[in-house]
Amino acid sequence: MAGGATSNAGAVSSTFASVRGRLLFPAWFTLGIFVLMPILMMLIYSFLTKEFRGGVVWEFSLAAYDQFFLYRGLFGDEPPTIEWTYIGIFWRSIWQAAAATVLSLVIGFPTAYFIATRDPSVRQIWVFLITIPYWVNLLIRTISMKFMLRDNGPVNEFLMTIGVIDSPIGIVNTDVAVQLGLFYSYLPFMVLPIYAAVERYNFSLSEAAADLYATKWVTLRRVLLPAVKPGVIAGCILVFVPSLGSFLAPDLLGGAKNFMIGSLIEEQFGGNAGNWPFGAASAMILLSMVLVLLMVFARQRDKA
Amino acid sequence: MKHENIAVDVRHAVKRYGTFTALQNVSLSIRDNEFFTLLGPSGCGKTTLLRMIAGFEEVTEGEIFLFGQEIEQLPPNKRPVNTVFQNYALFPHMTILQNVMFGLEMLKKPGGEIKSRAEQMLELVQLSQFAERKPSQLSGGQQQRVALARALAPQPKVLLLDEPLSALDLKLRQAMRTELKEIQRETGITFIFVTHDQEEALTMSDRIAVMSAGNVQQLGNAKDIYESPHNMFVANFIGETNLLDVTVEAVSDSAARCRLDGGHELLCQAIDEVQAGSKVHLSVRPERLFLSEESLGKDSLSGVARENVFVGTDIQTVVALDDGPRMVIRTQNSESGNKRVFEPGTKVFINMESGAARLLAD
Repeated sequence: MAGGATSNAGAVSSTFASVRGRLLFPAWFTLGIFVLMPILMMLIYSFLTKEFRGGVVWEFSLAAYDQFFLYRGLFGDEPPTIEWTYIGIFWRSIWQAAAATVLSLVIGFPTAYFIATRDPSVRQIWVFLITIPYWVNLLIRTISMKFMLRDNGPVNEFLMTIGVIDSPIGIVNTDVAVQLGLFYSYLPFMVLPIYAAVERYNFSLSEAAADLYATKWVTLRRVLLPAVKPGVIAGCILVFVPSLGSFLAPDLLGGAKNFMIGSLIEEQFGGNAGNWPFGAASAMILLSMVLVLLMVFARQRDKA
Repeated sequence: MKHENIAVDVRHAVKRYGTFTALQNVSLSIRDNEFFTLLGPSGCGKTTLLRMIAGFEEVTEGEIFLFGQEIEQLPPNKRPVNTVFQNYALFPHMTILQNVMFGLEMLKKPGGEIKSRAEQMLELVQLSQFAERKPSQLSGGQQQRVALARALAPQPKVLLLDEPLSALDLKLRQAMRTELKEIQRETGITFIFVTHDQEEALTMSDRIAVMSAGNVQQLGNAKDIYESPHNMFVANFIGETNLLDVTVEAVSDSAARCRLDGGHELLCQAIDEVQAGSKVHLSVRPERLFLSEESLGKDSLSGVARENVFVGTDIQTVVALDDGPRMVIRTQNSESGNKRVFEPGTKVFINMESGAARLLAD
């Protein structure tokens, strides 16, 4: 009866497969409607012809990508050279997002470590405190940041009181202001995954390192950091990616000359530029760049 | 006081956590080249004491000396001692070889020496072929041996072992006991071994400190501790024993005459703490007793056999004495000889080998 047993097992597994398929349906549905469809729409729009002041004409065109990468002179009649404007905006965005990520890591790691090493009964309270500011709308938080940083704001006044500076330093409308704004916007995304990793960390590893004559610094670098690396990488991705596409902080804190990708794209749809295919193309370029970066990160993590 | 032969000298060490006292005024001298065991139930303070020697716990009061040098203020990475942790604490992202090399690298030894010394250590624990593996690819017993190699590699003056065998299964545990003892003898390093397993302590140690409730209850070699327990706790904790309530009738230089509650009289070795008239406990190991059909003299106690329990090498017979208390007698399980099994319900006499009964100072 070996054959009978086998076919029976087959029947069981096919029932299981169909149940699984039905249970997975909501997930696939959500992914399809809210992830795949919008991306597909963006992809299609980026290859269409723009209509004056928003909207598209259903006619295939490479104009959007052409505009992004190639410069053909003021009247479009010169031989094409590389257009640096948008690449420059992208480059500055990457730099700003990277700076914000490093800042978040430098502040977020000790914070996460501090929380994870408290008594278990008070850890939840600390996590709760970290998330409280994020109940307020991002726009309001960013505007408050501007009030904090402006010439007669508390930051400048504090620095003048303690005598570090004599007159207000203009922080608003600089790169630093944008970086601070991005840092403040996404700090919990750095703290929480690192906190989760440090909480799982076996602290007897640190004891073992100290027992084997390692200083605190070497223990951090050679034992703790490698062990919590997945949390650190997750935190960096979660801060870097939204920072890259962010437009509130650059708009409100960076002023006109600190234009970032997010603002560029936003301009194409909501603002005066009104060039949907170009906005879509910029978004697609940003998306592919983030994908490449994530793949590099993922490979790094697999190696660890 | 001389320090030449004393590896670790703990003087009046106290450890308090808030209002809880984990260690109450413990003083111990651990000799060089010694296999020294801290034995006790969980919560007795043995691990706390070990962690104080390693530097992971601050000393509330008292001093700890390592070969004459006061160390209780030094951080763990400045103390020339190494630890084998209970759960091994191997660095998961490093290979076995890198784990073993870690301490040597921290000591800034020359590169060539680091590698050859680490390889030598892996050879000592028979794991050379696993040098390039990660800890997660090894079994528990193998990880245990890596932890040992890693702690031995920097040639510590004292090796601290925190229940290193407790996570292993029985067969492996027994094999590791022999191996540990051999490695200790070969390297000549002082081992301080923490365990709650009395068999481990008895088989491996040169000397044992039996601890309970933050105090050292008794310190001595395995034979002393087993055969001459000082008090109830030690007698109960180490091996099995029969405890009887007795009243001391008379004390001479070396002997004490005691009366059991039922009226039987026995002669025991005298101990300092006991005077005539005091009510104390008496301990007799089950294997130091034997049964007979007839009374063999006035020291024989009469009773009725209640139960025989077969435990492989021995047969344990439970006997109810005429005046109440029950005693356990171990008889070696052999066909030959005049020892025999008494069926439940038969009348028997219990006899003691001379010197078997010990008075306890509570």
